[in-house]
Amino acid sequence: MIGDSILGDTYSRHSTLSSQFMNLAAEIIDLHKYYYLGDVVVKALRGVSAEIPEGDFVAIMGSSGSGKSTLLNVLGALDRPTGGQYIVGGNDVSDLSDFQLSSIRNEMIGFIFQSYNLIAQNTVLENIQIPLHYRRGRPPLRSADLNRCIDLACEVGLADRLDHRPYQLSGGQQQRVAIARALVNDPAIILADEPTGNLDSTTSGEIMDILVGLNRQGRSIIMVTHEPDIARLAHRQIYMQDGLIAGEKIFDEQIAQV
Amino acid sequence: MIERSFRTLFYGFKSLLLHKLRAGLAMLGILIGVTAVIWLVALGEGVSYQAQQQIKELGATNIILKSVKPSTSSSAGNSFIVEFGLTRDDYDRILDGVTTIERAVKMREIKCNVRSGGREVDVQLIGCTAAYFDVNHLHLARGRFVSDNDLNEKRNVAVIAAETAEALFGYENPIGRTIEIAANSRSDVYVVVGQTESRMPSASIGSSFEGRDYNLDVYIPLSTFRNRIGDQVVTSRSGSREGELVQLSQITLTLGDVSQVEEAADIIEILLEKYHDNEDYSITVPKELLRQAEMLRQMFNVLLVVIAGISLFVGGIGIMNIMLATVTERTREIGVRRAMGANQTDIVLQFLAETIVLSGTGGMVGVLCGFLCWPATDSVLWMIQEWLPEVWSSLPPTIQELEPIIAPWSVFAAATISVGVGVVFGLYPAGRAALMDPIEALRHE
Repeated sequence: MIGDSILGDTYSRHSTLSSQFMNLAAEIIDLHKYYYLGDVVVKALRGVSAEIPEGDFVAIMGSSGSGKSTLLNVLGALDRPTGGQYIVGGNDVSDLSDFQLSSIRNEMIGFIFQSYNLIAQNTVLENIQIPLHYRRGRPPLRSADLNRCIDLACEVGLADRLDHRPYQLSGGQQQRVAIARALVNDPAIILADEPTGNLDSTTSGEIMDILVGLNRQGRSIIMVTHEPDIARLAHRQIYMQDGLIAGEKIFDEQIAQV
Repeated sequence: MIERSFRTLFYGFKSLLLHKLRAGLAMLGILIGVTAVIWLVALGEGVSYQAQQQIKELGATNIILKSVKPSTSSSAGNSFIVEFGLTRDDYDRILDGVTTIERAVKMREIKCNVRSGGREVDVQLIGCTAAYFDVNHLHLARGRFVSDNDLNEKRNVAVIAAETAEALFGYENPIGRTIEIAANSRSDVYVVVGQTESRMPSASIGSSFEGRDYNLDVYIPLSTFRNRIGDQVVTSRSGSREGELVQLSQITLTLGDVSQVEEAADIIEILLEKYHDNEDYSITVPKELLRQAEMLRQMFNVLLVVIAGISLFVGGIGIMNIMLATVTERTREIGVRRAMGANQTDIVLQFLAETIVLSGTGGMVGVLCGFLCWPATDSVLWMIQEWLPEVWSSLPPTIQELEPIIAPWSVFAAATISVGVGVVFGLYPAGRAALMDPIEALRHE
């Protein structure tokens, strides 16, 4: 479905897998995140370091309380780390203002959520457009932007659903909208937080097909999941425990496939 | 920049269309606020106007000049003739000197005897102009009042009051009959052209602030009075003759507005002092009525401002409630937008645009509804009159004749303040929305 899409042609700045380890899409160095709850200090991250090369597909796994959600928030520039560095698309974002973080989220990061998080009153097309409204300088939407949104909707198989509203769509279809939305600003990394958590196994497979397809086009994807079957589709698995990376596994067969 | 603000407003409008019921309810709040302000102010102004008008009718805008016979006579000439009082020259000077006078009525009155067909009665004979009837709120039972033509042609016509008519003609129609008026030991024949309605002697109406009985009067044109009877009137009283030489017994001046009365009275005082050696006149200013009118005006002003304030406050609270509910309900949307790159300013602008559109539209529709005040009042009064006649007859005339007066300031203030209220009450929820932690917002159920 995604195979020979326009995404690959138009956005060729993403390296092919052969050169993927040359540039880093994101890098975290000794990341700490503490929460101060009265007298108690909760150490959610206690020195996490990782490199995510361009075109990588990383699955973050771990039990609840392991710090994977906190890590995802920091990776998504939704939260600032207490210590350490986070570099995304060549920008160190560990010490930016809320204003600057908003720009980073808009330009560098595409979010895919477990519960889709579409705006209920907007149509599919309007939902895909949302990140375009917040581009630097807030330029108005042009017809080229609109065409891009329509193309993306076609890519994820929603060509005939453009003016539907979320409640008229199935869970899988809603997640496709969310994927198209995540792609619209051509982000450096795609962050997927349990993207198949609310879906049945068939639909999960379809969504994962799309993500794997995107990765093959050179998209860097970081995915949080606790389903081993899903995690296996990623190139790398990182296990979190007690705010630290407890282990890492690389699936060679996946690389071999490519 | 302008393009962007229009775009923001447009998106705000679009977003409101997506929540029609909620937006409609919020708009209704501000609409009712604005409409209430306009309506209540209009009705208040209407009642206030009626009340002012009533005070005016009591004579609040009238200055009354009267000729007063001085206690010690110092006039030259015949010893038994006393010359005193207001003159026609005074009248002209006052009209020239005081420009705020809207209406001036001069009058000469004497006591005399009137006869017709063998019956006779002692009456108050009044030489007056056409406006006299208006000033004193005299109403016609039959015929007509003394007219300008009567005055110009010095006709021998008379309008008689109810008791005079009864005394001379019983219950017959007096119109067209003749009466004989005797004064200065001669008598003239007048044709009766009108008869006034009987009236309760009232404490203070129109031109005189003292009680006065209007039911035993005979009115003739002032010019005829001067021609036939003259300024000098001699009466015999118990053998001795006494006479007075008076040009005008009374001048009633009506000013345009209560606020002009005091100043006009001061000017007249100066004008009269100059030409009168001794105090043979009196100036009466309705001080008590003026004070009442001013108090009434201030009372209504305070009342109207309070009413307007409460209405707009209620409307504004309504908007704030709805906006706060909106922010809470759309917490997750805010989280999503923040994750997609919206910064705090974007969120503030988004919600602000919605409130401005909301309150602006509500304000405009409210102003339009405000103008329905006239037809609404008319139809309510009509319905009461038609279906509840007993209730209608028990209503005071102030309500029966109520005509709402839409004050331009109330329309302007209501429209401006509604948008202002929208912005002020929209800012708080908008700010709250923007300051929300995006992670918390995304997690919100």
